[in-house]
Amino acid sequence: MKTGLLLNIALALLMARLKQSIVAAAGVTFGIATFIALVSFMTGLNKMLDSLIINRTPHIRLYNAIAPSKTQPVNRATEYAGFKNFILSVKPKDEGKQIYNAGRIIKTIRADDRVIDVAPKISTTVFFTSGTIQLSGIIDGVDVDLEQKLFHLNDNIIAGSIADLGTVSNSIIIGKGLADKLIVKIGNVIQVTTPDGDRAMLKIVGLVQFGIAEVDDVQSFTSIQTAQKLQGKPANYITDIQVKLKNIALAPAVAKEYARLFDVSATDVQTANAQFETGTTVRNTIAYSVSVTLLIVAGFGIYNILNMLIYEKMDSIAILKATGFSGKDVKAIFIRLSMVLGVIGGIIGILLGYCLSLIISHIPFETSALPTIKTYPVDFGVSYYLIGIAFALTTTYLAGLFPARKAAKVDPVVIIRGK
Amino acid sequence: METTILQAVNINKYFLDPVRFRVLTDISFSIGRGSFVSITGKSGCGKSTLLYILSTMDTDYEGELLLNDEALRRKNDAELAIVRNQKIGFVFQFHYLIEEFNVLKNVMLPAMKLGKYTNELVEQKAMQHLKMLGIYDQALKNVSQLSGGQKQRVAIARALINDPLIIMGDEPTGNLDKKNSDVVFGIFKDICQENKQTIVVVTHDPDFAKRADRTIRMEDGKIIT
Ligand SMILES: Nc1ncnc2c1ncn2[C@@H]1O[C@H](COP(=O)(O)OP(=O)(O)O)[C@@H](O)[C@H]1O
Ligand SMILES: [Mg+2]
Repeated sequence: MKTGLLLNIALALLMARLKQSIVAAAGVTFGIATFIALVSFMTGLNKMLDSLIINRTPHIRLYNAIAPSKTQPVNRATEYAGFKNFILSVKPKDEGKQIYNAGRIIKTIRADDRVIDVAPKISTTVFFTSGTIQLSGIIDGVDVDLEQKLFHLNDNIIAGSIADLGTVSNSIIIGKGLADKLIVKIGNVIQVTTPDGDRAMLKIVGLVQFGIAEVDDVQSFTSIQTAQKLQGKPANYITDIQVKLKNIALAPAVAKEYARLFDVSATDVQTANAQFETGTTVRNTIAYSVSVTLLIVAGFGIYNILNMLIYEKMDSIAILKATGFSGKDVKAIFIRLSMVLGVIGGIIGILLGYCLSLIISHIPFETSALPTIKTYPVDFGVSYYLIGIAFALTTTYLAGLFPARKAAKVDPVVIIRGK
Repeated sequence: METTILQAVNINKYFLDPVRFRVLTDISFSIGRGSFVSITGKSGCGKSTLLYILSTMDTDYEGELLLNDEALRRKNDAELAIVRNQKIGFVFQFHYLIEEFNVLKNVMLPAMKLGKYTNELVEQKAMQHLKMLGIYDQALKNVSQLSGGQKQRVAIARALINDPLIIMGDEPTGNLDKKNSDVVFGIFKDICQENKQTIVVVTHDPDFAKRADRTIRMEDGKIIT
């Protein structure tokens, strides 16, 4: 009942300065709305950019690096065990890019419950020939279902479908840039030549576009069987094993573990894409610092109006004190006053912020990198709204605290004598 | 023998600004319950200063002050606020109502702060006081719509709302014409006689002073009679 009374008095004082109060609350509204819209948009953008790379990239990639053997034969020879062996001009040994025992490795990894799934891949450089033009490029032989499950390849197929790779024999999906250069379209047949001189005629069943020219100009996909046939390799020939984890943060540790366990090379997504973390951090920092600045400005608005109110209402404060309200009560009245501005401004700010986010999420946004995205990405996380309201309340509380303290210290004798 | 309600013991007060000077010198007196006391003296002799000390709003003094046998010297801000709320009603020279509230709410405010009765009961009580003071019909008006005399009556109603032991006034009629002064004096007299509440009024209106039960005369910060 007593808090109700103090709130009542606070509201009455506020009504006396309605216009300025509305302006002060609008400051909070503006700050919160901007914060929410900005953070939602920035996070949406971040997630989209992350998905651009992170979703497309295996969390762990196992492969056979072309490198010199770590243990040279001489070191294995028992008769030279105690010697220091110097070997000059070591060259990498051509063991091929094949991962041995790939089938068993895949089975083992798939059984690991930290893993979402595993997809095999055969990667090789080739020459594409169409008419008289010859271009170098890359063919990835992929497992159609697993590739779609793990890397959503279909999101980037702009014509045709990834499923056609499995149903049409000797088929290929090529990059948009590559198709433009070769002047071919779906249904055409192009000649593919491997480094070993094997040739095959493949039918184009789709076009893929990642929005990165260097990729779109060289990349192509085919089924794993076609890739093996193309290179004249047996059915167990695999060059890459791609792993997706349930928790991406574990990738570096698990990569090391697999490298040791299966005696292959392994890279994790964090090492491969270090620059993306930095971009995310920078964008978040910008979003938060702009919003915090806005809210601090709003805080000063509230501070100003409260200071003004206190000077105007000295008489009322003196009477309240003379009739039995303590300094603490007076302080509570002014803090309530400030909080009323904060709560009202904050709630409207949240609604406005939601509306702004909604509007942004409907603005058309066409990017060649993401054919499936048609409007600006916005992340509607509840946490931004909670942070926003918490920040509004903290700011208005602090903005109210100092004027309220001043009001609490008003000496009624000075005011009453002063007239 | 009447019981003592307010007792001042050797009260001294100094102002330090602009130079240290003694406003009040060894003020001692006691006031009995239900008496009507006026404090008079020339302008600047320290009447208001004394009254602010008696009303607990000014705590910067030497000496001892007892209200209803309770020493007030050592109480802190919050405790003194409670004393003012429950035991003292104050009427100022300039009516000092809160402009944000209407007449009724102004009268109710100290009682709502006290929180002893429900708002409905407080409202009834406030209306009774307003009726007694003849401004019943003004209850829902805005403070700024009242005349000086009416405002002063509202202030008196506010001072009475918590049934205080003692009602203090600092030249409560100083701003009013003769007719309104008489009305206010009459009200104080009635309160004093009917409710056995104590009245202490500072005035330099000799007429007013004469009609009180007792007059404390001051000169240069000292009591002379
Ligand atoms: N805050 C103050 N600082 C210094 N001197 C003051 C202050 N307030 C009042 N005085 C002085 O104290 C004396 C008593 O003032 P006051 O109690 O208001 O007299 P009265 O009410 O009897 O007219 C006066 O001389 C006045 O100038
Ligand atoms: Mg005076």
